[in-house]
Amino acid sequence: MSGFKKNFSTGWADIQAAITSHHQITVLGWQDVATRYRRSKIGAWWLTINMAVLIGALGFVFGMLFQQPVEEYLPYLTAGFILWGFISTTIGEGCTSFVSASDTILQIRMPLFTHVGRTLWRNLAISSHNLLILPIVFLAFFKQPSWAALMAVPGLFMLILNLTWIMLIAAVVSTRFRDATQIIQNFLQVMFYLTPVIWNPELVPERAGTFILDMNPFYHLLQLVRAPLLGEVVSVATWTITTLMAAVGWLAAVAFLGAYRKRIPYWL
Amino acid sequence: MNMKTSAFIKLENVSVHFPVLHAASQSIKNRVLGAVTGGLFNRSDGGQLVVEGLKNITLNIQRGERVGLIGHNGAGKSTMLRILAGIYQPTQGSAKIYGNAVSLINIGLGIDPEASGLENIRLRAVMMGLALDEIHERVDEIVAFSGLGEFIHMPFRTYSSGMQMRLAFSVSTTIRPQVLIMDEWLSLGDAEFAERAKRRMDALVDATEILILASHSRDLLLQNCSRLIWLEHGQIKMDGPVEEIANIYFGSTV
Repeated sequence: MSGFKKNFSTGWADIQAAITSHHQITVLGWQDVATRYRRSKIGAWWLTINMAVLIGALGFVFGMLFQQPVEEYLPYLTAGFILWGFISTTIGEGCTSFVSASDTILQIRMPLFTHVGRTLWRNLAISSHNLLILPIVFLAFFKQPSWAALMAVPGLFMLILNLTWIMLIAAVVSTRFRDATQIIQNFLQVMFYLTPVIWNPELVPERAGTFILDMNPFYHLLQLVRAPLLGEVVSVATWTITTLMAAVGWLAAVAFLGAYRKRIPYWL
Repeated sequence: MNMKTSAFIKLENVSVHFPVLHAASQSIKNRVLGAVTGGLFNRSDGGQLVVEGLKNITLNIQRGERVGLIGHNGAGKSTMLRILAGIYQPTQGSAKIYGNAVSLINIGLGIDPEASGLENIRLRAVMMGLALDEIHERVDEIVAFSGLGEFIHMPFRTYSSGMQMRLAFSVSTTIRPQVLIMDEWLSLGDAEFAERAKRRMDALVDATEILILASHSRDLLLQNCSRLIWLEHGQIKMDGPVEEIANIYFGSTV
């Protein structure tokens, strides 16, 4: 127990230091975004165009397959797909937070959490480009946004809170074991199919539903933001589960960082 | 961070062991495979190789000291610099570094070739730990010192190598850390710039409380240091006043 306390306070000191100099996170994160704009005039919008085309194609194919009314299916798919893109790239790139910053880590004493924060900030900025697709789709189908959509803001906050601890653990593990990145990306790919992003939860048979949905943390993370965007209410169960996940996850992740913080420069 | 405490370095029985990680030991799949099959498929991953970088180093460096670090390649100088900068934490013993330490080992670190000179000043300064208002205050001086004029708005990659060096030098020397760590001296070949650069370096060194300089140059060490530490095979072979140690290490013939 005292070992946990010690690790936790070491990890927490690192995170506190990173928050104190948060300008390092934002400046370096923006730099990454700016780099994309320097390479091409439309910069990160390329990814948005890609995503819009993909959503259009998927919407057409699966809308037909699932025999869903397009004016309901397309907004659902768009919101889910944008959010899933954010979740999976954030975790995926979170894995390489330390490895890709190895030159910096080996030369400048900076809180390690700064590098994770930088990855998060960059992905937040880039993914918010994609958010523009949503109002376009809403407009196209005359779908009225409701006041419930405001709940997407605390939902997004809870989603980010959870993503951050996942990134932190993924970054530490992937620094020690370089193939962890592929394993995690593989896992995310599987989760994409298991989580209702392109398919609707209503299509799942009753009994399978409880297992495939309620036990899937990604479903709850997705629902935190998707449900309000579509004018639905987020269930109490989802809020409870994600809050618990954040609490336990952060405790574990901070202590984990504390336990291996010393070793990370040696692993690079 | 804490500007009130004066700089002080205290190493006690510091040892550094490096795990030598090769492709096989960096693989989680190999680990699992090894555990499941009892090492049937990956026997090569039996023992992890460990290299000793530093052995049992104890030393104190007080405020005002100018310490030179000498030793042959592989003697542990770089590891020592990283310990002193607080980047590596010793695997055994304790290293206490009071005061903010900045290492100027690769002054090109953090530079984005696609970004303009001005943006790079900001980036590099942020990396070195300067606050945004400090950067705002000093940016004009940095630009003026670099002598890049209108080029400051051009992408860094369009600069000549001399201009690139000048920009990196100008930003890097704007910091005023309590502990300054350098691997070789920062100098510039550019004739008209060299004299100004030297004065700027001197000002930087004068302002720091502790200087750590690893170098192979006798003149440089004699000029800037008061104390020399000679590392060999990760241990301190000698530690004393600069003249005395330099004469033994470099040979007394000048």
